[in-house]
Amino acid sequence: MIPELGQIALILALLVAIVQAVVPLIGAHQKSALLMAIAKPAVYAQAFFVAIAFGILVYLMLVHDFSVMYVAQNSNLRLPWYYSVSGVWGAHEGSLLLWVLILNLWTVCVAMLGKHLPPVFLSRVLAILGWVSVGFLLFTTLTSNPFARLLPAVLDGKDLNPLLQDFGLIIHPPMLYTGYVGFSVAFAFAIAALLGGEVDRQWVRWSRPWTNVAWASLTLGIAMGSWWAYYELGWGGWWFWDPVENASFMPWLAGTALIHSQAVTEKRGGFRAWTQLLAIFTFSFSLLGTFLVRSGVLTSVHAFASDPERGMFILLFLGVVVGGSLLLYSIRAPKVAGGLAFGTTSRESILLANNLVFVCAAGMVLLGTLYPLIADVLGLGKISVGPPYFGTMFLWMMVPIAVMLPFGPLLRWGTDDLRIALRRLVPAFVSALVAVVVAWFVFGGDSSWKALLGVAACVWVAMGVLRFVVLRVRERPSGQRFNREQIGMIVAHLGVAIFFAGVLITEGTSIEKDLRMAQGETVTVGDYEFSFGEITRVEGPNYIADEGQIRVVRDGKEVGILRPQKRQYSEGSNVQTEAAIQPGFYRDVYVALGEPLGGIDGAWSVRVYLKSFIRWVWGGAILMMLGGLIVATDPRFRRSAVPATVARSNADDVIPVSAEAIA
Amino acid sequence: MNSRILPFVGFLVLFALLGAGLVYVRDHNTSEVPSPLVGKPAPAFSLPVLNEPERVVDSRSFLGKPYLLHVFASWCYVCREENAVLMTEGRQMGVPLIGFDYKDEPSDATSWLKQFGNPYDVVLADLEGDVAIDLGVYGAPELFLIDAKGVIRYKHIGALTSDVVRTKLMPIIKTMEQEPSK
Repeated sequence: MIPELGQIALILALLVAIVQAVVPLIGAHQKSALLMAIAKPAVYAQAFFVAIAFGILVYLMLVHDFSVMYVAQNSNLRLPWYYSVSGVWGAHEGSLLLWVLILNLWTVCVAMLGKHLPPVFLSRVLAILGWVSVGFLLFTTLTSNPFARLLPAVLDGKDLNPLLQDFGLIIHPPMLYTGYVGFSVAFAFAIAALLGGEVDRQWVRWSRPWTNVAWASLTLGIAMGSWWAYYELGWGGWWFWDPVENASFMPWLAGTALIHSQAVTEKRGGFRAWTQLLAIFTFSFSLLGTFLVRSGVLTSVHAFASDPERGMFILLFLGVVVGGSLLLYSIRAPKVAGGLAFGTTSRESILLANNLVFVCAAGMVLLGTLYPLIADVLGLGKISVGPPYFGTMFLWMMVPIAVMLPFGPLLRWGTDDLRIALRRLVPAFVSALVAVVVAWFVFGGDSSWKALLGVAACVWVAMGVLRFVVLRVRERPSGQRFNREQIGMIVAHLGVAIFFAGVLITEGTSIEKDLRMAQGETVTVGDYEFSFGEITRVEGPNYIADEGQIRVVRDGKEVGILRPQKRQYSEGSNVQTEAAIQPGFYRDVYVALGEPLGGIDGAWSVRVYLKSFIRWVWGGAILMMLGGLIVATDPRFRRSAVPATVARSNADDVIPVSAEAIA
Repeated sequence: MNSRILPFVGFLVLFALLGAGLVYVRDHNTSEVPSPLVGKPAPAFSLPVLNEPERVVDSRSFLGKPYLLHVFASWCYVCREENAVLMTEGRQMGVPLIGFDYKDEPSDATSWLKQFGNPYDVVLADLEGDVAIDLGVYGAPELFLIDAKGVIRYKHIGALTSDVVRTKLMPIIKTMEQEPSK
């Protein structure tokens, strides 16, 4: 009975979503306040029904109702309660329901916080979000019903995929979806502007905080996925260029371009059509990711069970949403290049270059991800395009980003003198050179060019960003130095610096050894000694494991005892490697058990990794996320009407050039 | 023409590709293409054995009996699934199976082989992918069947399936057994 209630709630939500999608649009068209007033109640009603459906699925997982197929396939009686809850989004049907729930939460936020928006515009935005919801609710009810019964019921369910039984996986998908789905708001704003033929660029200002929050969530979601892969997959890798990772990375790259181009459009009126196109692209990449993950056209470690019928549905949906919006764009996009003129040396130019690089990077990832599919269709067979392609291409694409980044904030809008900016950045350049020389000695003879490049990029970007801070502090009276947007920008850009250092130093200087270790044996890796103690059997709530005991000593002092495991979950599943990690600011000590090698000395193959600066990768990502969130809180974005003000917002941002502004 | 329509046109191309992919995935599993190298002598190469850089193997040392050269890499996801086929049927074809580790890190490849199983008689490491260019390798996985005279008799691109082993490779191996091995 209760599962059927869930299903009914979903169907009701679908019906309400159709009302939300259609009526306010008609209202906006006919300027009928009555019809437009339907939008908000419809939003709340839809969210209510979706929340009920979601709550019911959580409840069914908690009470282990194995007469429901989804519950029987993704949980069993021994599963701890928190994994029963996270199992709700552990497979296709439930994660789709989570998608819809998060979309509804975003829509409710827009409806509640959108008081400063003109009613016509808000109605259109909510209606477009309604359309997206209609698509996903149809998808859920027609092809992926999470409440489908399993009759007769089974006594106990299967296990949740053991890889997913982990804290990281409890929060990784919700964060990731918050980002993915959040871009639908930026998308809805852009489409509403196209529909209304807005000549004004107010809508960009209103959509900026939403885009930034979505981007920040996606940043955190991706970082968490990477962190999870690092400690859970037992390879010590943090990014695999797997198709599903790429599916989340493409919207991130396009979204990064979008948040920068929105700044130009909002402040200067330029790039207007481009910003609309990017908003469409970014959300399209989110939908494309959904398609790639769930249709089974690509082989991947974390693809959901594939089903051509589902693939066909998402493809059609993708066609309607993306095709429709691009067609609308081709008809309604502003024909005249608006905005204030800008010269070759200007902040606009730098941001344009940033946009080109990020869009190219997204295109590069798209091409690499789809190449196996292209090869398949053209009859070239199944092929994996791996890190040799992505890693190399991406590294070189990020070099211009690293070089240009400090110039962005230092150059003025409109036109500026490159020599002044160059002179201001001399200290950053010198510091980067000095840092490389120091790093050369610190890393020792085997320092790779990647690590040195990482040090250079980090110091150059960080010092460049600090140069901007110094400039503001010198030239502005206290209290007027930084607005929230600038603080967010500074924090995020420092995050970029940290990230560059983390990625490149990890790649360049980590030590990775695969060893044969007998019990009682001690080996030296780098400046650490590892003593392999005995292997013991331990029992967890729903698994048994072989646990190794490895004592780590550095300079005669014990650093800690690491206990890596090989876990065998029930149901004859694969053996899972559970790495043991001693985290450190500069270096992680990472130990994972391989296989028992037999022999009387009880030897095992053991992976011992010294991962330098690996924490910086995620630390940088967290700073970027914080930066995005800080920008979103800037009160300027919530003003309903700013007295028309290119001149004024311009004045806000110009750094007065003073004669002494030399380092 | 109105340049604002270009994104839409681009999307149509992508849409067609995804649709074709979907239909294709539903109807097919693997396929093969004729390679220009099939029927021609395999280029001579010499490569070090994985993790034993001082032990270099020359392709001419294989002459005299047929062998399979299998291109794989630890970064290749398709290879993981394919590995199971190689572990069972790959080893039962009656010809040596030589692994060709393509653009890889030796340590990754070693752990990969430990985790998923090593079906190969010997694994050669082409870490930079130089020899792969001579062989005309598109990516991983690929499989070359080379006869006793060093001529490439068959090339399979993409994951090997038991179907391919049965219908393509075994018949060729059978005919080769009847050829004089000089």
